[in-house]
Amino acid sequence: MSEDSLVQVENLKKHFPLKKGFLSTVFSGEKETVKAVDGISFHVGKGEILGLAGESGSGKTTTGRLLLGLEKATEGSIVFEGKDLEGLSARELRSLRREMQIIFQDPFESLDPRMTVKEIIAEPLRVQRIARNEEELEERVKDSLKEVEVVPPEEFLFRFPHELSGGQRQRVAVARAFVLGPKFVVADEPVSMLDVSIRAEILNLMLNLVQKRGSSFIYITHDVALAKHICDRVAIMYLGKIMESGESEAVIGTPLHPYTSALVAAVPVPDPKYKRSNVISGEIPSPVYPPPGCRFHTRCPYAHERCMEEEPRLVEVEKDHYVACHLYS
Amino acid sequence: MPPVLDVQDLTTNYLTLSGWVRAAEGVSFKVEPGEALGLAGESGCGKTTIALSLIKLLPRGGVIRKGKILFEGLDLVPLKDNEMRKIRWKGIASVFQGAMNAFNPVFKIGDQIVEAIQTHEKDVDKKSAMARAGNLFKMVGLEPERVDNYPHEFSGGMRQRALIAMALATNPKLLIADEPGTALDVIVQAQTLQLMRELKDKLDLSMIMISHDLSIIAETCEKVAIMYAGRVVEYGDADSIFNEPLHPYTQGLIKAFPSVKGPRVRLSSIPGQPPDLLNPPPACRFNPRCPYVMDVCKKIDPPLTMSGKGDHLVACHLYD
Repeated sequence: MSEDSLVQVENLKKHFPLKKGFLSTVFSGEKETVKAVDGISFHVGKGEILGLAGESGSGKTTTGRLLLGLEKATEGSIVFEGKDLEGLSARELRSLRREMQIIFQDPFESLDPRMTVKEIIAEPLRVQRIARNEEELEERVKDSLKEVEVVPPEEFLFRFPHELSGGQRQRVAVARAFVLGPKFVVADEPVSMLDVSIRAEILNLMLNLVQKRGSSFIYITHDVALAKHICDRVAIMYLGKIMESGESEAVIGTPLHPYTSALVAAVPVPDPKYKRSNVISGEIPSPVYPPPGCRFHTRCPYAHERCMEEEPRLVEVEKDHYVACHLYS
Repeated sequence: MPPVLDVQDLTTNYLTLSGWVRAAEGVSFKVEPGEALGLAGESGCGKTTIALSLIKLLPRGGVIRKGKILFEGLDLVPLKDNEMRKIRWKGIASVFQGAMNAFNPVFKIGDQIVEAIQTHEKDVDKKSAMARAGNLFKMVGLEPERVDNYPHEFSGGMRQRALIAMALATNPKLLIADEPGTALDVIVQAQTLQLMRELKDKLDLSMIMISHDLSIIAETCEKVAIMYAGRVVEYGDADSIFNEPLHPYTQGLIKAFPSVKGPRVRLSSIPGQPPDLLNPPPACRFNPRCPYVMDVCKKIDPPLTMSGKGDHLVACHLYD
């Protein structure tokens, strides 16, 4: 574990049991599970922006939820500032929550429609008993609205979410996440529901807050182009495993793993002259029965015998550039 | 050859309790044979309204208030429902977003394609219709035997392919694709786009591709119309629009899509948000967000005119 890391994850697994009929459970006896996250290790440095990128079903959202203790891990450990989340009591976990926050994808669903903007942002302050009185509470809420450029704050305090535009809603969600000054924020596809022209604004706003507070930030996305421009480091996930990780410019600019290459090659390029090379075929297999050996071998253009039997380990190929592929080991 | 589709001054509004929502106003464009036109813009810019107007399947309250839709020379606007039925699918076919839900879950996919064929071509018997469905499957890269599958047996990408096969079942002249692949993963989306490009070349299809993602338009279309708040603000060849965007909105939109190929940059955005179309801003609808706004922009509506660079049209006072 390195000195300056805030979160350290070791061999993290999350298997969701699959609901089956009563009879088939009795007769077959075995329990099937969806292996959403299946043994990943990584760390997040202080003030670092880490991207988790991959297709749907790669386990990136489950990883984010595990990190915040919203989901209980099947196996493995998450160490936050030297404390293992597993052993904490509910009370200790609550005080830790002050330091870790999440921003969800859909601001139309993540805000309670029956709460005013003021109540939404004040709630974390109340739960953590931060403000001494109502006046101080309102001041804190106003300050945080100013920070996310929902101005003038007086005009928005008593509005309900349905009276806000999508962009304003996501700003309120950002304000709520940052109001306690967290050390660690997870954002799960925070702009994919928003219009293109306002996406960049919300992202820049979040990045400014992250920088100002010195928070560590996990950005979960399916968009590798955005990940390259936003993140310091990225981890590319596929079927619950990390396939490649390292500095974002290196991983996405010069990918080593065939899956990362395929993912980057599939991104449409805003240039009519650009001619795309061949796209890999097939779709992501079921996480109930992931392929043996390397999970990507069913779609990999370079797959050979060893890939079908032996699972490749994540090894350092270049400085701080890790790849899980037999081509490099 | 005359254009397959010639839309002139099309104005489609929705009547609501609070008044007319001006979803599309004064929209004109052409689609030449074998050409793909991209309609690009944010949500609420009117691109789907245009698509629904072309096949006259507007939701309740939607009215074409002005303009002409000339499909192979025939104006579709005054046509009655039963006449329109002959144009849809045989003339203009469409693939809408949400491929997941486009098929009826309780019928086999092959049977659904056969139904589409037989509804529009009365003289085709079931056996030859089924054979055609198999051939269509082969054409879109699915195994022909799988016509006997139900929709839930297909993955998202396969359903999208089957949907394209179904749209092409009656050899339409024009295919409208509204956000194809938006709900799919990047790699599957790339596969779908590659398929559409191949089909377009092979069948010499004319196409209208609707998307909010300029990169998708750049990859598939020869012509592009950029829409903002119900109007076309820029229109021209894909090459000239992407290399030399003239309208400040187009410039902002292109910058909002960072390329995966370029070096790491700070993202740029267009401040503000798209207007409320019940009360759009006066004159140029982009003026409240425009970095170059002048007095004239708030008084006179800029017409879509030649910019002096070939067929490249722009609606902006900067080029008066």
